[in-house]
Amino acid sequence: MSMIQAINSALDVMMERDPDVVVMGEDVGYFGGVFRATAGLQAKYGKNRVFDTPITEIGIIGVAIGMGAYGLRPVPEIQFADYIYPALDQLVSEAARLRYRSAGEFIAPMTVRSPFGGGIFGGQTHSQSPEGIFTHVSGIKTVIPSTPYDAKGLLIAAIQDNDPVIFFEPKRIYNGPFDGHYDRPAKSWAGHPGAMVPAGYYRVPLGQARTVREGEALTILCYGAMEHVVESTVSEMGVDAEIIDLRTLVPLDIEAVERSVKKTGRCLIVHEATRTSGFGAELSALVQERCFYHLEAPVERVTGFDTPYPHSLEWAYFPGPVRIGEAINKIMRD
Amino acid sequence: MGDRGNSGAGMAGNEREQRRNLPPLRLHVPEPRFRPGDVADFSDLEIPAAGMMPRPDEGADAATMRDLAYGLVRVLDEDGQAVGAWDPKLPPETLLRMLRAMALTRAFDQRMFRAQRQGKTSFYMKSTGEEAVSVAAAAALASDDMCFPSYRQQGVLIARGWPIIDMMNQIYSNKGDRLKGRQLPIMYSAREASFFSISGNLATQYPQAVGWAMASAARGDTRIAATWCGEGSTAEGDFHSACIFASVYRAPVILNVVNNQWAISSFSGFAGAEATTFAARAIGYGIAGLRIDGNDALAVHAATRWAADRARANHGPTLIEHFTYRAEGHSTSDDPSAYRSADEGSQWPLGDPIARLKQHCIALGIWDEDRHAAMDKELAEEVRDAAREAEKNGILGHGLHHPMETMFEDVFEEMPWHLKEQQQAMLDEWKAAGL
Ligand SMILES: Cc1ncc(C[n+]2csc(CCOP(=O)(O)OP(=O)(O)O)c2C)c(N)n1
Repeated sequence: MSMIQAINSALDVMMERDPDVVVMGEDVGYFGGVFRATAGLQAKYGKNRVFDTPITEIGIIGVAIGMGAYGLRPVPEIQFADYIYPALDQLVSEAARLRYRSAGEFIAPMTVRSPFGGGIFGGQTHSQSPEGIFTHVSGIKTVIPSTPYDAKGLLIAAIQDNDPVIFFEPKRIYNGPFDGHYDRPAKSWAGHPGAMVPAGYYRVPLGQARTVREGEALTILCYGAMEHVVESTVSEMGVDAEIIDLRTLVPLDIEAVERSVKKTGRCLIVHEATRTSGFGAELSALVQERCFYHLEAPVERVTGFDTPYPHSLEWAYFPGPVRIGEAINKIMRD
Repeated sequence: MGDRGNSGAGMAGNEREQRRNLPPLRLHVPEPRFRPGDVADFSDLEIPAAGMMPRPDEGADAATMRDLAYGLVRVLDEDGQAVGAWDPKLPPETLLRMLRAMALTRAFDQRMFRAQRQGKTSFYMKSTGEEAVSVAAAAALASDDMCFPSYRQQGVLIARGWPIIDMMNQIYSNKGDRLKGRQLPIMYSAREASFFSISGNLATQYPQAVGWAMASAARGDTRIAATWCGEGSTAEGDFHSACIFASVYRAPVILNVVNNQWAISSFSGFAGAEATTFAARAIGYGIAGLRIDGNDALAVHAATRWAADRARANHGPTLIEHFTYRAEGHSTSDDPSAYRSADEGSQWPLGDPIARLKQHCIALGIWDEDRHAAMDKELAEEVRDAAREAEKNGILGHGLHHPMETMFEDVFEEMPWHLKEQQQAMLDEWKAAGL
């Protein structure tokens, strides 16, 4: 199953199980979403539960809060993560704080799905990785899968969660794992262990990282599409790295991070989002607070640059095997 | 619903009992009239005849113009004659110039669409069927009036005589691209042409246009602003913020809504078209609103000139709804046959804007089929030659782009230490990797 099919399957399973689950967003109804994530759902569950919305992201999220207050479980789609900014006030000032400010009287149990990340020549407004904005906000959970199996299990867990969840889908790997070599043909998910997806219900709990690969030389913390770039770089270099796919940034599986870094004594953090005040900065601070006496080299970060996403120079921007390889070499030299 | 439902909170038992007898509430979810496989039939669409709508004075109080927001200003009749009070009575040169710019826009779209399919660039968006909306508006504005377009107004640049090679360089993101390969194809920026940099985020240009117009008014300038968005985009908060500012400060701005019936797969009903017109959005803000035939270049020209004169005379903003049809897919990433009837476009009752203007010119005796065919051929060649020239500067992904280090320029006026560091690190890394 591809990641897009896994997401579709998660929505299907949850709509089947729970009549409170509703899917809404621009083009998600009849058409089934510009990436086809919601294909077939309207035909199956009807227009009361799967519907197109006006093009107003702040409206979509505000309405989802109201639906949640009624008792539904809305799963709004923001067509591209870049268009989540117009919805920011409702997400940050309202959804994230509703439980707190009403002392639990009202909650906003929504899962905001949104394709994010670069590598598809989407230019500045179809490529961004805004997860750091949400991890900075108290009261929102941030989830990012890297395989079809995780995408389905995590999405189900997110929909069942009573807190607002931002569910970022790395669109670069919707149809196949991407190893970062843009000049090689795209691979499909077929045959990938993470693409073995059960048909029915299962959960991947929020807050648990996945050890992609065990190793002794260094720990690499990553998530989303980067997991695959890291994995292939590590195997190409033949370095004995331990790769941790964080899966959820908030809540973070701090134990998995700590355990691994204490074991290897070296830590590399990889994400696509811009560097300054990115989630890598938080990870780096956590690692040095908790693992300082175990570290044998400074914590390194490979991230997007602090520029907007450039169209033609996308491949220089996208953290690929070259930059990750250089960083691994540097950490291992120290 | 379980225990989480707050719906019954605070409701007394007997009150709830009483409500048992009420009919259940229903949610209305709009549905377009035709889907794939349906035969499109627009015969019941209300299309007033050309020349029917009154033309108020440019200084008329917006409150007296309510009907114009619900009607449809049309100038060209079925025979290609210009009729009624809105006939702008344009000289032949202007008509032929508009016709040429519209045909060039179409030829350009065709060529660039093909270039995308050939892998020369990542993305393209055609404006087929909407050429009058941009070209005739540009023809009615002064060349230094500031335009804040959306992504489907390439016709404005073309009508202003902007070199199409420059536009192609942008589409190819090559070394000739003045935007240094940073923007998605078709997201032009041409300050010299008074054409504001296009954003991929819908409707953001709307309040910006109003701000520009307010500044022009505050400075006692004579230039006005014009902006465009699709009907789908009118749902965005930015659209409404723009209207309130425009109204409050009587900003000299023209707010164009291009109602081409579709926003990707969502028909105009999801932007509120079942309840009212888009021009009528103006009424609540006390703005003049005109609903016009967007496939009628003369109506577009006349309405734009009316609105421009109104703005220049300090009577404030106008909202113009251009009623038109998106004849092709939303973009190269879209397949409209998946969500709309295949013959909708051909059944569209307002025809094709180029064919209609051509018919008018022929009826006037200033044009003929042979000249038109010759022009189309010439334009196709012009576009092909320009594309070949532009390709010499590179196509996307073939290395002929601005140097990598330019990625870090223009983030700020001066490059701070962290960007300098990142720039150097990038160059070192690529060098170390032998690239
Ligand atoms: C803020 C924002 N939300 C969503 C999108 C994705 N998107 C791009 S075009 C489009 C449809 C716009 O339709 P409309 O305004 O009617 O203009 P048209 O394409 O028909 O000319 C959507 C939803 C976007 N670009 N920006």
